[in-house]
Amino acid sequence: MVGSGLNAKGSDSMMEDEAAIQFHEVSFATKELTILESITGSFVRGEITTLVGPSGAGKSTLFRLCNGLLSASSGDIWIDGVMIGDYEPVQLRREVGIVLQSATMMTGTVRDNLELPRALQGESLTDDEAEEYIEVVGLGKEFLTRNSHDLSGGQKQRVSIARTLVNRPKILLLDEITSSLDRVSTHEIEELIVHINQRYKTTVIWITHHLDQALQIGTYTWVMIDGELVESGPSNLLRNPENEDVRRFVKGEAE
Amino acid sequence: MSFITLVIALVFVAIPLVLSKTLNLGLERDTIVATIRSIVQLLAVGYLLQFVFDSESILYIVLMIGLMIGAATENARKKGSSIPGITWKLIVTFLFVQVLTQGILLSLNIIPATAQYIIPISGMVIGNSMVLGILFLNRFTSEVASRHEETELILSLGGTPKQAVHRPLVTSIKASIIPTIEAQKTIGLVQLPGMMSGQIIAGADPVQAVMFQLLILFLLLTTAVITSIMLGYFSYPTLFNDRMQFIKERSNREA
Repeated sequence: MVGSGLNAKGSDSMMEDEAAIQFHEVSFATKELTILESITGSFVRGEITTLVGPSGAGKSTLFRLCNGLLSASSGDIWIDGVMIGDYEPVQLRREVGIVLQSATMMTGTVRDNLELPRALQGESLTDDEAEEYIEVVGLGKEFLTRNSHDLSGGQKQRVSIARTLVNRPKILLLDEITSSLDRVSTHEIEELIVHINQRYKTTVIWITHHLDQALQIGTYTWVMIDGELVESGPSNLLRNPENEDVRRFVKGEAE
Repeated sequence: MSFITLVIALVFVAIPLVLSKTLNLGLERDTIVATIRSIVQLLAVGYLLQFVFDSESILYIVLMIGLMIGAATENARKKGSSIPGITWKLIVTFLFVQVLTQGILLSLNIIPATAQYIIPISGMVIGNSMVLGILFLNRFTSEVASRHEETELILSLGGTPKQAVHRPLVTSIKASIIPTIEAQKTIGLVQLPGMMSGQIIAGADPVQAVMFQLLILFLLLTTAVITSIMLGYFSYPTLFNDRMQFIKERSNREA
């Protein structure tokens, strides 16, 4: 099963062995409008790729396709060389973890929230594990007994990251997780993600609207505009984009 | 009661008509339509019941119950029009509730197997089942919409559709059953139940009337619980597709 789809595609997959996620002419449309149009490209395994672009570019939709919350209208997606349709939805969602911008907390304690991914499998989280996960995201173990609704925005975002990590995802999708945070919290979360990437070799794809963040954190960057992937490569491309639209976007963001 | 006295009783329709006219409430038309409809419908039912009782034929009993289920389905399905196949889901639910309650009533000899008992009790059971069904569908549709972020979170962490809608489902089932239980707690304190009052006016022994009323109350508890649970478990799978994806358009589309 592994790779069979890739061999059939052949040509444009030079990086196939390194690709954590690979897209081939992926489009997504609802009844009313086209959200993604013919996306072809890949996210490099074990690296941090940042995903930038104006709002409405289809970035969050792309994430939902990778995590299986949505299916592409056309085109193919491979996760670790396996066609996305060949995954059981539950297995896919555990391997491709997503941290949503809303950082929704379930009613209960922080520990209850951390245990959620296990509880969904009919398993539990040991106290040692709970402490380990909460410490990985820079919160003390005293937080475990706190009511999840009493947390600040930054704390919720950290718990949300830890909760996704409980599934031990190979790929981590982060959807604007620092957009509502102050500079200090943002910086701490950035360090945390770099740390997770290095410690667990987790592939990280990070949607951000801070170009500084995209440059600093990402080894690679994708720029999406109006549902299309207009430029991709090493993050430095943001310093001197080739595409006119990207140039305009970067200039606009910088001002 | 004679027809003459019934005609005299129309004075109770005249009062609202006169008041509506003098105060410009604009309710005259609706009041007249409602009065005429209630006269025609109830008299028709009365003669129909008389005919069915006299004939003592099982065929007519079944036919009448079929009519009741048909009418109840027609009323309730508008509230659940966003759920595919709601019509047969309602029919199966009403039918099951009816078969279960009558099955117990008749097999345990709680009521005699005559049209005089079966039809009015069926009417109350199916009527209540319909109201419960509407309450449940209203609540479930709005719960699913308002807890959409939680649903997505659970799916994204590898939960199944059933786990993802567990909370909206249980909340809606509870919320639709609670009025039945609450009504039962205060019954008789403020207002005598309609059926019991009717029996007493018609000359029945009050204690006999109370015992029948209690029987109905107990029946309605079962009716309430079975209706909302069945509809709940019939409805939630239609919110998801076979890739365990939440079909957003469906839950948002209100009737």
